[in-house]
Amino acid sequence: MTQMTRIPVLELPTPSFKTRARQALNDEQLRRNFRVAMDSLMTKRLAIMSDPDERERLREMGNHIRARALSKLPDLLEKLEANLTRNGIQVHWAETVDEANAIVQSIAEAHKAKHLIKGKSMVSEEMNMNHVLEKQGIECLESDMGEYIIQLAGQKPSHIIMPAIHMNAAQVASLFSDTLGTEYTTDVDELIQTGRHVLRQKFFEADIGISGVNFAVAETGTLLLVENEGNGRMSTSVPPVHIAVTGIEKVVENLRDVVPLLSLLTRSALGQPITTYVNMISSPRKSHELDGPQEVHLVLLDNGRSQAFADGELRQTLNCIRCGACMNHCPVYTRIGGHAYGTVYPGPIGKIISPHLLGLENTPDHPSASSLCGACGEVCPVKIPIPSVLRRLREENVKPPEATPHLLRGQGSKYSSRERLAWKSWRKLYTSPTLYKSFTYIATRLRNVTPRNVGPWSKHHAAPKPASRSLHELAREHLGEDKA
Amino acid sequence: MSELFYNAAPNATRIAAPIPTQREYPDQKPQHVYLFGTCVVDLFYPEAGMDSIRLLEREGITVHFPQGQSCCGQPAYTSGYTDEAREVARAQLALFRQDWPLVVVSGSCAGMIRHHYSELFKNEPATLLQIEALAARTYELAEFLLNVCKVGLKDRGAPTKVALHTSCSARREMNTHLHGRALLAQLEAVQRVDHDHESECCGFGGTFSVRMPDISGAMVADKTRALQESGAAQVVTADCGCLMNINGALEKQNATLRGQHLASFIWQRTGDRT
Repeated sequence: MTQMTRIPVLELPTPSFKTRARQALNDEQLRRNFRVAMDSLMTKRLAIMSDPDERERLREMGNHIRARALSKLPDLLEKLEANLTRNGIQVHWAETVDEANAIVQSIAEAHKAKHLIKGKSMVSEEMNMNHVLEKQGIECLESDMGEYIIQLAGQKPSHIIMPAIHMNAAQVASLFSDTLGTEYTTDVDELIQTGRHVLRQKFFEADIGISGVNFAVAETGTLLLVENEGNGRMSTSVPPVHIAVTGIEKVVENLRDVVPLLSLLTRSALGQPITTYVNMISSPRKSHELDGPQEVHLVLLDNGRSQAFADGELRQTLNCIRCGACMNHCPVYTRIGGHAYGTVYPGPIGKIISPHLLGLENTPDHPSASSLCGACGEVCPVKIPIPSVLRRLREENVKPPEATPHLLRGQGSKYSSRERLAWKSWRKLYTSPTLYKSFTYIATRLRNVTPRNVGPWSKHHAAPKPASRSLHELAREHLGEDKA
Repeated sequence: MSELFYNAAPNATRIAAPIPTQREYPDQKPQHVYLFGTCVVDLFYPEAGMDSIRLLEREGITVHFPQGQSCCGQPAYTSGYTDEAREVARAQLALFRQDWPLVVVSGSCAGMIRHHYSELFKNEPATLLQIEALAARTYELAEFLLNVCKVGLKDRGAPTKVALHTSCSARREMNTHLHGRALLAQLEAVQRVDHDHESECCGFGGTFSVRMPDISGAMVADKTRALQESGAAQVVTADCGCLMNINGALEKQNATLRGQHLASFIWQRTGDRT
């Protein structure tokens, strides 16, 4: 049992992305867990988006709605603040995660709150909220089942929608029996009931509920939150205070815009036509109402997003509605899992958003960790051209650090004068027919003495052997010297 | 639903390209074509290039192979060395002056010319016009044989099973998997077998394979296992980067299975052997 239930998570932080990736690749259990889970998610998405014309029309619409929202982002944020305030929701702005944490902490202090309960929120992961509050003596308990599991295990989410997807039922079973003292069972329903039972009581004891936001609607001042477990509704309606945290890019213009985006989100994420719960939060409890929180706060976090916003190409990163379809379809993510990325957002979207959140200097390998196969861009519900954005980040990553304009934090973190020289020589060779002719002549004539060990390639491949004569030579012989 | 597009993104930069419509093909076969051999074919798979020439000539087309050609620029482009990629791309542009179709022996290189040259030259309006004209007449070999030449292949080979691998970028940018399948379907004695996770990347990705050898290696290990388990006697592909990756891995594993370029496979089964 111990072998079966070993939790295949990596010790963080380990030295580098490549090292973590290598460890993950050698973990057969982890690879099996991800492969099985991702295959199932891909199948579900395809089943519910089976009409390609309809799917493409919807994606196109999603892209236009997000692009329009971003094109007037400052305006929409002002409108959002005005309408939320009018509805009685208090708005806070945070440029950094420290500022965001300080805001949450000051609200908690004002209410002498000691117990917080949280629905699922990736922005709170960005803030590392649980740990920051814990240091201040404030408990912050996760109530999403997946988040609850990984909090018990002392881990981080490995997927933005399904945070405990790296574990199988047996692993959760032993975690529960070890930490909660319940009887070991691999019956998933029973496990979930165990978790729900513990959490139920916590909802009533909590001083503050924390949640994320899926869409913040500017025109009506509404916070929209989707979920399947009911924990989001509990977190946002049972405790006397509700604090929602979200990124500044989550704003949309009006409720009409939400309809297609919601269709795209639930279908792309889990193959669902709609989630079990769709919460639309538009104010604190009113005087004639019997329930709901007395105070509602929204913390709007920048944390590097305005860097992406400033560039027309990179801005598309902010289209993201956090469905996770890009990771589900990514051959790299499927093989290394979410933890290997070492960032809050893993997978393809993580590779393009994390450099803005953390700087390229802290994510130097992320843009390169892709074969640019295009699976992510193909399924993205809001048509973020993830491969093109990755390529662009590579360009920024190999620029000389001092080159201007300096658009990205950590620009040139992979700059190497040697590699730059190599590509310059490559250019010389491939732009000079005379040089190129001599090169292929020599390479083909020396084919039997070309090295068998060609660096990293040789780890998994035999070295390619040049042909005895190049296509240039064979074609010249067959077609004659071309004059056209 | 169109009312949702009201005021759609007036100021936004880079809205997604409109849904691509099916490419239109000329009604008649051209008299002349240019062949772009690509750097990998030139050095490692020249027979694939020669068999492409033979297939085109059999259609009564005069093939031109400008000797100044070298590489489409993709390796530098995907590595982030955009200036270097642009200059190598520019060196190719000058070679294809006539208004003839440009037939490319490798799918991802065709995709590079058709879909990415415009990004490379986005700040050079004059060149951009030239690029658009070139992109419009650039075809991947299988696509050209199928949709422009409208070939009818007569299979003379023995019964066999093959697995088809398509480069991911070519599949997504050029639909090459459909062209390859349609050509193979014309070969009477050839049975095309599916393999597990067929649409998944083989792990090549150009310089990705040497920058991230462990991840790339895991991907090609899965791909070669799926190909071997498919029951195919051989693998065919119209992309030589993938071919180099898959064959290199199979050779390292001491497997007997090998991949071959689609052009060579078709020529060997349908050509006049001399």
